[in-house]
Amino acid sequence: MDWTMLDTWIVIVGVLCAVSCALLGNYLVLRKLSMMGDAISHAVLPGLALAFLYTGSRGSWVMFAGAALVGVMTALCTQGLTRYGRVDEGASMGVVFTILFALGLIIIVRGADAVDLDPNCVLYGAIELTPLYTVEWGGLVVPRAALMLGVMLLVNSLFIGLCYKELLITSFDEKLAGTMGYRPDLLHYILMTLVAVTAVAAFESVGSILVIAMLIVPGATAFLCTRSLKAMLWVSVVVAVISAVGGHLAAITVPRLWGYPDTTTAGSMAVVSGLCFTLAFFFAPNEGLISRARYRARTALRVLSEDMLGYLYRVHELKGEPAPLVSNEDLERHLFIGRVMRRKAVMRLSREGLVRQVNGGVQTTEDGLKAGRALIRSHRLWEIYLHDFAKLPLTHVHDTAERLEHVTSTEMRDRLIRKTGSPRLDPQGKDIPEK
Amino acid sequence: MNMFPELGEVIRVLTLADYNTRVVMLGALLLGLASGVIGCFTLLRKRALVGDAASHATLPGIALAFIFMTLGGGDGKSLPGLLLGASVAGVAGMGTILAIRHATRLKEDAALGIVLSVYFGLGMALLGVIQKMKLGHAAGLESFIYGKTASMLAADAWLIAGMATVILLATLFLFKELAILCFDQEFAGSQGYPVRMLDAALMGLIVLTVVTGLQAVGLILIIALLIIPPAAARFWTDNLRVMLVLSALMGALSGVLGAAISALIPRMPAGAIIVVVAGVFFCVSMIFGKARGLLRRWLHMNRLRWKTAGQHVIRTLYEWEEQRGTAMPLADLQVSRSWSRGFLKRVLRRVQRDGWIRPMTDGVLRLTEDGKRRAAEIVRNHRLWEEYLIQYAEVAPHHVDRNADQIEHVLGEALVAHLEELHVGRMAGHVVPPSPHPIDLPAQGGAGRRRRAEDG
Repeated sequence: MDWTMLDTWIVIVGVLCAVSCALLGNYLVLRKLSMMGDAISHAVLPGLALAFLYTGSRGSWVMFAGAALVGVMTALCTQGLTRYGRVDEGASMGVVFTILFALGLIIIVRGADAVDLDPNCVLYGAIELTPLYTVEWGGLVVPRAALMLGVMLLVNSLFIGLCYKELLITSFDEKLAGTMGYRPDLLHYILMTLVAVTAVAAFESVGSILVIAMLIVPGATAFLCTRSLKAMLWVSVVVAVISAVGGHLAAITVPRLWGYPDTTTAGSMAVVSGLCFTLAFFFAPNEGLISRARYRARTALRVLSEDMLGYLYRVHELKGEPAPLVSNEDLERHLFIGRVMRRKAVMRLSREGLVRQVNGGVQTTEDGLKAGRALIRSHRLWEIYLHDFAKLPLTHVHDTAERLEHVTSTEMRDRLIRKTGSPRLDPQGKDIPEK
Repeated sequence: MNMFPELGEVIRVLTLADYNTRVVMLGALLLGLASGVIGCFTLLRKRALVGDAASHATLPGIALAFIFMTLGGGDGKSLPGLLLGASVAGVAGMGTILAIRHATRLKEDAALGIVLSVYFGLGMALLGVIQKMKLGHAAGLESFIYGKTASMLAADAWLIAGMATVILLATLFLFKELAILCFDQEFAGSQGYPVRMLDAALMGLIVLTVVTGLQAVGLILIIALLIIPPAAARFWTDNLRVMLVLSALMGALSGVLGAAISALIPRMPAGAIIVVVAGVFFCVSMIFGKARGLLRRWLHMNRLRWKTAGQHVIRTLYEWEEQRGTAMPLADLQVSRSWSRGFLKRVLRRVQRDGWIRPMTDGVLRLTEDGKRRAAEIVRNHRLWEEYLIQYAEVAPHHVDRNADQIEHVLGEALVAHLEELHVGRMAGHVVPPSPHPIDLPAQGGAGRRRRAEDG
């Protein structure tokens, strides 16, 4: 791999584009407007085409203005259709952007003599070529795209920094924001305008697919990773940077594994952001698939261990011995578990010093007996409560109490005792153990 | 360049004399028909953009199929292979959407956007590799994105015909299931319908439509045909069956008209024209639609506004006569209602046309016998409602007037009878019960100063 100045610029442009899109994308994801980026970046075609027909050159400010104007119009039309035509949000986006795109295509084809504009270029862009179009700025020669996207990044960060509180409240509770005197509509339009302008500034150089990906994927990834907006913004920025840098690296290295020189950078950036999302999908703290499965497994094991202590206490109660030996087979049979789960639960309990492993079985310790007693106490108190107050028939109280006993805190148990009037016997006539 | 075609040309196209035109028009017609039908279900499921995601998601499948077929020594552009690749990728994309929706807090739109952009990005990266492979010519692949409607082959038309048959049959057999899925998913689940299977089936049909349509007409057109005709049909009806038929009709018509225009006028890309024709259908439906069209809603609101205003006028006249014993001068009416002079004039003209007031003499307004009867009803409704608010909703007497102002126009006969029973005491001996609060009328002589009348 030979890294050149060209690669550095490509990565810089990629990072600038990714971060400025990702910042706005967070709010699109929160406001359920993720597809807006897609709609806008298709819809600006007629704006580009008309501006091109008018000025006859690519890359002029007129073109930029034309596209941005149509972009804002797309957002306005979509909202108008939703509000006044009562068309569903997604459908109105679809209607608006397909019609505008079609108009753009017609303009391009009709004016083919004058228009040298390839719709391919708009959709795919060519981030690889950005370092070639440079401008001089303060004595430095920088790619035009880097300058434009740098400005966009600055504007977007300023907007989010200055309107952080307003954006927060309007994104989560538009009605509340309205009653508090904020202007949700105004903010919505500013946001949409910025999305449109950013999209236009970006996809002229990097292609619309990268814009669409960066408007959605980093925000969605961050959404899975955290529940705080501030953290979400930062995570999305990190994801955007990783996607841009990793995307370019992937583009120039991965195809070599099969002997091809390289591939489209914009495409690989989108793919890398997709990989980031996949990682978050599985491993995000709290929300990831794996994290949730682990949490469920841990909870299941805790419940099983508690049930095991409760069973050991019941055996002690029945036999009157201080620490009766219960065989492994008995445990498995009475708790409806297999060998693996039994071993896991016993390991967990013995690590906490609640049971002792004796050959072929287990014995409770003093502490284990105490814990089992507390559990059974909660169980029987619940049975009384369910029978006396919730009027559940006797045959049904056990199963419900079985579930509730695992989530009963000390405070809740004290309240139960007060409510049920410190009974001595449970509904089935069993002793309620003392503390 | 002569933009407008000659008459003979028009006749030739419209009578399908030309083989090529025939193929294109037939293909566009069937495609519009099928996507119009299946699009209704996704629209009602608030998932209109699923076609957008599905069509973008096919790209990596197409590219991979091309790579494998070329490396395998075959023809990289063999249609069945590419279609298979597209379908596999499309189905994978739909599966990803369902997985994201079921396993995370993310909403539908984010799931669609993620699948759309990441799959399409992967497809682009693969196309980038294909370009560097120098394996045969990959040039035809982009027709999957932009389509080549005007050069549709008979084979494409047959493929579309097959797809349309499958869609129509599936809709026929699964009509009840799909309908219940669209309108009340939870209810469908509670009734024992396999909701997830149906959801997957619907998405499968979308992928089928998209994959068949893609290479014939291109990505944007197929998205448009899935969204625009159903959204247009929705303006006309609240009945799913009617909506399906209308949407299919509009889809098919857009296809035929678009293809015809494109054949008649040079340099008109057929796909884009079809979208624009569908867009015209949409705009017309949005304005004139019978069920939800703007015009109908506007007319309805307008009618209600005039009716309410007219009733307010005769009620004010009635109360004035009741309180003061004389007919009300126009100047006083103008003070009591904060309406512009022009609006008041138009309201009065309408009220007079309805035969409720007599033509004005010396600036004084008088109710006719009919008008008196009608006004008495309204005043009675108004006061009954006020009574009700005071007694049962425990609203202070000074606050009930405004609310009753709004309700008096919409109280039905049965409700009025019920209210009369509730307030038998107040009604005793009256046709119109006395007002429970002082009536707010302008001072006599239109002094412009508002004063509470002394009597109750």
